[in-house]
Amino acid sequence: MAERSFSKEVDSLRLGAGAVFEGEGILAVTKALLQSGVAYVGGYQGAPISHLLDVFAEADGLLRELGVRFEANATEAGAAAMLSASINYPLRGAVAWKSVVGTNVASDALSNIASAGVIGGALVIVGEDYGEGSSIVQERTHAFAMKSQMWLLDPRPNLPSIVAAVENGFKLSEATHTPVILQLRIRTCHMTGRFTARDNVRPRMTTVQAAANPRRDTGRIVLPPALFAHEAQKIEERRPAALDFITAAGLNEHFGPDEGTLGIIVQGGLFNGLNRALELEGRSDSHGSSDLPILCLNVTYPLVPDEVIAFCSNKHAVLLIEEGQPEFIEHEINTVLRRSGLATLIRGKGLLPRAGEYTTEVIRSAVSGFLREFAPELAIATHAEMPAPDSTLAATVPARPPGFCTGCPERPVFTAMKLLEREIGPSHVSADIGCHLFSTLGPFNIGATTAGYGLGTASASALSAAVRRPIAVMGDGGFWHNGLTSGIGNAVFNRDETVTVVIDNGYAAATGGQDNLSSKAKLPNRATGQSVERAARAVGVEWAQTIHRTYDVSLVRKTLRNALTSPDKGPKLIVAQSECMLNKQRREKPRLRAAVQAGRRTIHDRFGVDADTCTGDHSCIRISGCPSLTVQPNPDPLREDPVAHVNNDCVGCGLCGEASHAAVLCPSFYRARLITNPNWRDRWLGGFRRALIARIQAWARTRHARRAY
Amino acid sequence: MGAHAPREAGVLSARNRISIAILALGGQGGGVLTQWIARLGGQTGYRSQATSIPGVAQRTGATIYYVELIPWGLSDPEPILALSPAVGDVDVVLAFELMEAGRAMIRGFVSPDRTTLIGSTHRVYALSEKSARGNGIANSDAVLSAARQRARRFVAFDMSAVAEQAGCAISAVVFGALAGSGVLPFPVADYIEVIRAEGKSVDANLEGFHAGLTGSRKPDRGPSRQSAPVPAPTTDSGWALQARIVAELPPSSYNMAVEGVRRLVDYQDYAYANLYLDRLAHLRTVDSERAGWKLTDEAVRYLALWMAYDDTIRVADLKVRETRVQRVRKEVGAHDHQLIGITEFMHPRLRELCDTLPRAAGEWLLHSPLAARLLQRFFSKGRCIETTSLAGFLTLSLLASLRRWRRSTLRYAHQQRLIENWLDLARAAAAADMETAVEIIRCQRLIKGYGETYDNGLTTFNQIMDACREMKDAPGTAAKIRGLRESALASA
Repeated sequence: MAERSFSKEVDSLRLGAGAVFEGEGILAVTKALLQSGVAYVGGYQGAPISHLLDVFAEADGLLRELGVRFEANATEAGAAAMLSASINYPLRGAVAWKSVVGTNVASDALSNIASAGVIGGALVIVGEDYGEGSSIVQERTHAFAMKSQMWLLDPRPNLPSIVAAVENGFKLSEATHTPVILQLRIRTCHMTGRFTARDNVRPRMTTVQAAANPRRDTGRIVLPPALFAHEAQKIEERRPAALDFITAAGLNEHFGPDEGTLGIIVQGGLFNGLNRALELEGRSDSHGSSDLPILCLNVTYPLVPDEVIAFCSNKHAVLLIEEGQPEFIEHEINTVLRRSGLATLIRGKGLLPRAGEYTTEVIRSAVSGFLREFAPELAIATHAEMPAPDSTLAATVPARPPGFCTGCPERPVFTAMKLLEREIGPSHVSADIGCHLFSTLGPFNIGATTAGYGLGTASASALSAAVRRPIAVMGDGGFWHNGLTSGIGNAVFNRDETVTVVIDNGYAAATGGQDNLSSKAKLPNRATGQSVERAARAVGVEWAQTIHRTYDVSLVRKTLRNALTSPDKGPKLIVAQSECMLNKQRREKPRLRAAVQAGRRTIHDRFGVDADTCTGDHSCIRISGCPSLTVQPNPDPLREDPVAHVNNDCVGCGLCGEASHAAVLCPSFYRARLITNPNWRDRWLGGFRRALIARIQAWARTRHARRAY
Repeated sequence: MGAHAPREAGVLSARNRISIAILALGGQGGGVLTQWIARLGGQTGYRSQATSIPGVAQRTGATIYYVELIPWGLSDPEPILALSPAVGDVDVVLAFELMEAGRAMIRGFVSPDRTTLIGSTHRVYALSEKSARGNGIANSDAVLSAARQRARRFVAFDMSAVAEQAGCAISAVVFGALAGSGVLPFPVADYIEVIRAEGKSVDANLEGFHAGLTGSRKPDRGPSRQSAPVPAPTTDSGWALQARIVAELPPSSYNMAVEGVRRLVDYQDYAYANLYLDRLAHLRTVDSERAGWKLTDEAVRYLALWMAYDDTIRVADLKVRETRVQRVRKEVGAHDHQLIGITEFMHPRLRELCDTLPRAAGEWLLHSPLAARLLQRFFSKGRCIETTSLAGFLTLSLLASLRRWRRSTLRYAHQQRLIENWLDLARAAAAADMETAVEIIRCQRLIKGYGETYDNGLTTFNQIMDACREMKDAPGTAAKIRGLRESALASA
């Protein structure tokens, strides 16, 4: 089950012609796919395209009605390979993932499919995780489009444009026998908006029909001599076809006046930012009535030379707004102009920073610089003064990176690692992609590298012959993504000494809580419940242990200690298994509430700290980092340092208590077990105990009063 | 492009769109509020566009949501709205927490000509603030005063407390504060309609909304800190102690000394409190009015804390106090109809047993390898003791009753020796440089915690004391000690 329910969104997928669709950008894409007669959809989750897959996973009924095949692929490579169905059959297919990392994983399949070419429209929807809020390596998807000769759409960020890009993307793909990449930036995916829907369209051919009538064409197999022909086709047939289609369909747009000696070329995805920047410079308004001519590239690859020449001729200078590096478009435009003999000046990198997100401020400063250089009379002489940044403020406000959630079952694993480190010294720890990567930040500061999803074990392999065994951390998501083969299988085969800790919380949690092979949930359409340990044993791991309650810090520490010091040879595997608390709470909270309302006896635990025994040294926080374990001003007038405090978000996971035992911390933690709707036994026993204890306390009180101040 | 004068050159006050940035922490409901605001526009002839970056936000990090609203009729062309806030171009900033208001200012989203800053004054401490060994809490006043200075208007109150009272998420209170500020061109009824239309927790959200509305209309008051009055003695011995305080200590020390005396009477007995005053009086002989009685003032606090060291007896005593269950009930928010069971997490080590034994026996046991080997297994695991059960309560009560014999324990002997050495060192230093003596006294702050934490703190303390002896009152000793102590307290 994903982090949120998408039943409402699934309903909106059924909207018919004329109805208004309202929702996020990425969900508009789902609807656009169905309107385009897509025959199959797949992908691998990750922000910002997770919602696309989550919605399709919940829309099983609708997809069946339409005859659309949906696959939650095991990896991006698997998703890309699925597009092979469009090589021999006129099937429209779409797959989605997070880019650039997903594109990296998928690139083997993408290269081969782009070489073979397609007859059914093939669309790769990438959520471009670049800039603020990004969690991945900052690179350009553009390079992949160039190297494999796939076309890259980067539509203006508004829903009608995005929907049109999906529909045009399929047409462009079919017209040019080339897979097309639709690139959507992170805020675009989560941007709300509206568009007028069209009816869903059943695919002309379904995947079932295709499989029933198999076809093959040796010319489409990537083997000599066909592969040499493919390369020639890309340049001689597909690319010219693409240029024709882009021009004929008017995919790139013009804004502002037709004439002018200055102009701006912009990637479609940045258009809104540019328009705002122009508005702030007094050169446009909320409807895009720019004072300067703008060429908006909704297709960023290939560039249409004739369009560029037409736009640049009669212009003295053009500002090019191209995010990311290297500046491929700038290079190409300069080449085009040079070849055509135009002397138009191109200003891009230089006025704009070479790296980093092009926010409105960044673009505004470039626009301002461009105007000052070429048309000072249009530039704003003095900008409204912003108060200077306050250095006290910058020093005061603490950074707030993301971290493990309250009650997260992954945290105790790192608590145990930290405690073991004190005991036997530090090990090299190779981290992986997933929530567990937060271990590399405070308070744990564990993990030296992260080299890609499911690659934790593989990235420790060079160090695995050492006497001191390296530790590799991997999530269940990463394990099934490719960790089993590239990590575990590799370690077995090469007799590595790595200790792999697979943190198995039952979901691909970091991407939104999607189910995977080892999820516990029983699902009608998916085969869950596979065992990580059994899979690892099947590829030859002999030393493997599964811990079923990660909150048992002492047990985790002991198991880790054994794995690191055991005389047994070969790779070791520890499966640290406890359910993702975010998902667990989402399921349990309503159940608990209903039980309480129905008058059933329910128990729930909460932890707390006695302020009068807490001395305020915060070592509990330094080995936990739980958001609900915080501090508060010391109620003791003598003591100065804030005391630890458990706030009301506590879900009673028990880590505080276990950690204070395992680390021999302090006697301040208590667990309060609350019984709602107690039965007669609870009442009787509780009453009896309370009465007796009260008697003793009353006696103690009188004795204590004898030495009152 | 006839008009060469820029439209509204740099002055956007005439523009009709409204931009709203929302700074929140993961799990606070920033997304819900964003949707509410977007719908608020949608139902009153406005087009709205909201953006966010989920994922990171869910996992407790700071995040920014952004909404733009613009008057729009169905036949109007699609407006072109921005996807993130721009410096100097934000009409309303909603901050779910005080430091996030600070972050909005650092990012340049708060400008004096335009921005209404609506922020909750409560604090959700960042990890760096929580994990410091001492007090790492950021200075709220810096943010509050900057906000008053930099925002066109600053609407601030503790929205978290209001939400807790109303039993709703903080987002409803922020929504109420936004309505109350009147900064958006929508009547209050529209806001209410949005909450109703959503149909989730409507009653609680409406209660929170109205509380937020009221809160926003009260004048901005900074958080008030009131110190409790000093309690008067209730017994003859108490009066006698108070008389000693007045007679022997400088007036600036009175209040803290009363707290110290009360603590030590509660901890042990009158004689122990008198020992405390004896030690202070002795220290005072090297202090002077000219030095502002600083040494005595500091020692009043730190000596009381050290003398009331947390031993097994003290911890047990505090756990079985009559008032404790009520306090826990309040802290965990237990309702009257709920039963509560309280379990303590304790990890006594052999060391604690030895500490609680009579000095000679404790010493012997601590240094006997055989005994240690035999007994070690009883102390290798943590113990869970349920204080609301009879067995647990009686065990701890028995431990607490050892108070009478505390003076004979190994721990007592050890602690008193440490205290005397510390005071001697401070007294000796005072002759040469009062500042050094004061800094020595303040180093008590390093001695806290239990088990290993205590051991580490004591090691650091001893290192600083050794360094201090080595420096032999050389100039700069005080600053050196201060530096060492502060770096030890800041390290996480």
